[in-house]
Order: sequence, then structure tokens, then C-alpha cells
Amino acid sequence: MAPIIELRDVCKTYATGAIEVAALRGVSLTIGEGEFVAIAGPSGSGKSTLMHILGCLDVPTSGGYRLAGGDVAALGEAHLATIRNRRIGFVFQQFNLLARMTALRNVELPLVYAGVGRHERRERAAAALARVGLADRTGHRPGELSGGQQQRVAVARALVTDPALLLADEPTGNLDSASSAEVLGLFTELHAAGRTIVLITHEHEIAARAQRVVRMRDGLLAEGVPA
Amino acid sequence: MRWTETFRSGLDAVRAHRLRSALTMLGIVIGVSSVILTVGLGLGAQDQVRRQIDALGSNLLIVSPGSSTSSSGVRGGFGSAATLTLADADALAQREVAPDVGAVAPVTTGSAALSAGTANWTTNLVGTTATWPAVRGRTLAAGRFLTSDEVAGAANVVVLGQDSATELFAVGNPVGRTVTVAGTPMTVVGVLAPTGATEESTSEDDLALVPVGTAKRLTGAADAPVSAIYVQAASADVLSAAHQEITGLLLNLHGVAEADADFTIATQESLLEAANATNRTLTILLGGVAAISLLVGGIGVMNIMLVAVTERVREIGLRKALGATPRAIRRQFLVEAGVLGTAGGVAGVGLGVAGALVLPGLIGQPVSVSALAAAAAIAVALAIGLGFGVYPASRAARLTPIDALRNE
Repeated sequence: MAPIIELRDVCKTYATGAIEVAALRGVSLTIGEGEFVAIAGPSGSGKSTLMHILGCLDVPTSGGYRLAGGDVAALGEAHLATIRNRRIGFVFQQFNLLARMTALRNVELPLVYAGVGRHERRERAAAALARVGLADRTGHRPGELSGGQQQRVAVARALVTDPALLLADEPTGNLDSASSAEVLGLFTELHAAGRTIVLITHEHEIAARAQRVVRMRDGLLAEGVPA
Repeated sequence: MRWTETFRSGLDAVRAHRLRSALTMLGIVIGVSSVILTVGLGLGAQDQVRRQIDALGSNLLIVSPGSSTSSSGVRGGFGSAATLTLADADALAQREVAPDVGAVAPVTTGSAALSAGTANWTTNLVGTTATWPAVRGRTLAAGRFLTSDEVAGAANVVVLGQDSATELFAVGNPVGRTVTVAGTPMTVVGVLAPTGATEESTSEDDLALVPVGTAKRLTGAADAPVSAIYVQAASADVLSAAHQEITGLLLNLHGVAEADADFTIATQESLLEAANATNRTLTILLGGVAAISLLVGGIGVMNIMLVAVTERVREIGLRKALGATPRAIRRQFLVEAGVLGTAGGVAGVGLGVAGALVLPGLIGQPVSVSALAAAAAIAVALAIGLGFGVYPASRAARLTPIDALRNE
């Protein structure tokens, strides 16, 4: 298995006024292609910071990060944007769909920033929506969809660029149990199809769905087996 | 991100908040329409002045008494001695001394009460010579003009302007009938054709022309000086040559040096320039006020764009997470501001044109809308949108994706 993610002794320090807060204190982690990994931990454990760094939304204060073979630890804002666009698909707790746009146009959005032509964009977005079982909802706006459906649109949006890594941050945090099961089922399916998935959660039952669980505490990793 | 996509998302954002966008544009709309109207008023006034000055005749030089201190030639000191005489006019008419002078018509002006039957009318009484219609480019609607013999003999004959004729003789042909001026009965020998200056009755259509000697007698001035000598150059090409000949001749006749010249020569061009200079000042002043309202409109755009950026922090964060570069975000908000500005500009031109159609009826001033001013106003509105959008757009571009996404 070729590694998708290689974190080497990553530290992240935030300066809040005069006080420096160490959110990550030397995290090393390797995730292979096709793995389904859950990062679990209580709030304040540093898992959100880890997720930001994994998602190239932020850069580490020190340490190395290679994503799909490329060093991304010291890239500038514009380069990081390109990496996020090509290599990472995000699924957020709040869905983060744009209310003014239809499901199809929401899913098209990453392709717009990738500079893909209109026709191809439409086809790929429709295919991604079909993949998450929403082929008949392409023209609906987020407000006209249930929470579970909205999150599935978000998953389709994360998949549409065919990224190396699917990064989900508390994807079921705003869903009822039926919708949660629906979305987690989708992740299991995608994993079975060979996707690399990293799921951040504070719930043990959710983490248990993953193949491997990484626990965080006080900015450090405590690796373990699924509970 | 492609430009078409950027425009689409800009239009979407503007459409998403219709009322807010409309109110934001209002400042620009008002600014642009007032620019269109003030420029239109300036141009309208300029056209009107040109028509009036064109109506004076063609290739005309107007010699008036009094010296001038500026080269524009209208600041004549009429308070100084009235120095032009009929002899000056006669001298100018001689081809040997002034070969480039075509025709010469001296005029004396005064006011007189005319009566015909029960009708009374006070008008400009102009004393002149037989050459007046040729010099001024006027034709007669009825009858004939004063003859050289009548001028030489100071006969009791009068030619009426169209408006004066209408006031005195409501019905019938005035030619051959009698009007009384200062107790003297005068025979109407002709009526002038109207000047064609349609907007308002000008003094060009409300006057009574009599032989210069008659005017002197009627107004009781013993040696009434000439108030102006209209000189027509032989052709447009020799206008400046004629100007020089007149200057030389009159300086010689009056025995003064050029620095002490006691007369002023104005051309139609110089009159136009002087009139336009006044108009221009007014137009610039009003245009300045309009420009300030455009500026205020621009500040409105900036204000709303800052609100939009604050309000859409999550959207910005999401777009960044999905791969929007800071440049793409900046462009998106700039286009949005540009769309607001341009839409405001187009609406403002519409309002300005509508105003230009309605306003002349209300204030009696012509307003001419120029396509150039309209295009410039839209371009300025776009520039204002973009200019005032730069700061909000940069703020949006500088947001870090984490902070933006964390925002609730």
C-alpha cells in the first residue's frame, strides 16, 4: 500500500495574544491508499487542528507533511488552494451547501475552480449525484432536501474531482440516526470501492465504523484498534 | 475559474438580494442621471446660444463702441464715450480702403411705443440702412425693406419684425398700413420673416426697423451715436483680413493708437466662446455636484460589499476549501461590485434620458443627451463599482479558510 498521508513530527502552535497554545505536539501518522481511518478524541484534543492540516486548510508550525507523494508543508495559500481542489474532498458537519444553487451546481463548484468546461462539469456532477443515490434530485436546492440528502450532496461534491483523500469532519453531527446510518453506509460503500477516507469524530460508535481508529489526546496520538 | 462563471455568480449574488441591490444602486443611479442631465443642460444651452449667434448672419463682425480689456471682445466699456459714427460705417463700406468687407450696416437702438388703432406695443426701435437684411441674412415675409432713398431722406417708413407685426395687426396684411411712433405716423413697408429660433420669442423677431435718420429724429437724440456696426466679410476666408482692415481704418479715423482703441470687434466665434465660457462654468459646477453624488453612490457600493463579505464568510471559506484561490475570491467580489455599478449606471442613463425628455417642458430649457456622455457615465459607474469594490474584495480574499469556516 502506497501511503497517501505521511505526517512526520507535526507541531502546531497558535499565538493567542501573549499566550502560545500548542494544539499539536509532535504528531506522526501514515495513512495508506484505500484505508478508512477514524480520528477520534474529545473536543480540545487537537483533532480539528489535525484535520485542518490534513486538509491543507492550514500549515504546520514545524514537521513534515507529504500528501500523495508531494510535500505540502510549506506551500503558499494559492498552491494550497490548488492542492485542496485536486487532492482532497471535504465533507463538513454543517453540509456547507450554497443555498442559492441547485444540487447539481453545488456539486459542480469544485470543477469550476479546476477550470473544467461546462459540458463535462455537468456530466461529472450528475454522475457523482447518481453515485450517492440522488440522480433524481439534481435540480433541487438545498432547502428542498432533507438533512441526509444534503449531506449526500456534499459527499457527491467531495467525490466529483476524484480526490486522493476524502476528509469528513463530524459528517453525522447534524443528522438524526436514520440519516447518520445512511451517510455512514455510503462511506462504507465508498471504502469498499477503494476510496481513502479519513473521518473525524468524537463519537465512539461512529469511529467504530472505520477500519482503523486513531485517538487524540492533548495534541498527541494514541493509536489503537477499533473498539 | 472562468470569467463566464464569475459573471454568473456575480449576477446570482446581485439577484439574490434584489431590494438591497436596488437600494445600493440608487446612489449610482441618481449620480449618473444627474451627470447626464447637467451635461445635457449645458449642451442644450450651448446649442441654443449657437443657434442665436448663427441667426445673427454669416461671416459677421460686430463693431461696438468702447474699448475692451480682454481678447474675447465682449467686455466693452459702454459707459465710455459712444465713439462710433455713421461716418465710420460709410468709410468701412468703401471697397478701396476695406476690400475684404462685403456689406456694412450700422444700427442705432432705442425703445419706442408703437400704436396702430387701439393696439399698443413697445419694442426695439432700430435705425439702420438698406444693407441690413443682406448683412444679417434676413428675408422679408411681406413687402420690401427700406430703400437707400428712404434712408437718405429719413422717410417715415417702418419694417416690422414678425412678432411686432402680430401684436400690432392681429388680422390682415400690415403692409401699407400706418403705425404711430411718438406721434409720427409711419407707413409699414414690409414684415421680416421669422428667424426660425423657435423655442422662444427673441428680440430678433420683435423689433421695428426705420431709416437711421428717422430713428434719430423720433428718439430726439441730436447726434445719436451708432450702437453697433454689423460688417459682413466678403467670405469666410477673409474674415481675419476684414478684421484687420476694420481695425486699421477705425484707428486711423479716430486718430488713436491700438492700445487706446475706443471700439471692439467681435466675431460670431468670439461671442460663442464668451457665452460658452459662462455656460461651462455652470456646467462644471453642477457636474461637480453630480460627481459628488456618484462618489456617495460608490461609498454605498463599498458599504454593501463589506456587509456582503461579512455575511458570506462561510461561503468564502467553503469556496476556499473547494479550491478557490485568493485571486478567484477577489475577482468574484470585484465582479459583483462591478455588476452593481454597471447596472446602476445603465439605470441612471435611463432615468437621465427620461428626465431629458420631461425637463424641457418644465423649465423651458433645452436638454440634449449625448451618447458620449451616456457611455462615459456608464464607464464611470463601472469604474466606481470596481474602485470601491477593491477593499471589500481584498478583505474577502485575505480571509483564511479555517477562520471563515469556523464562523457561525
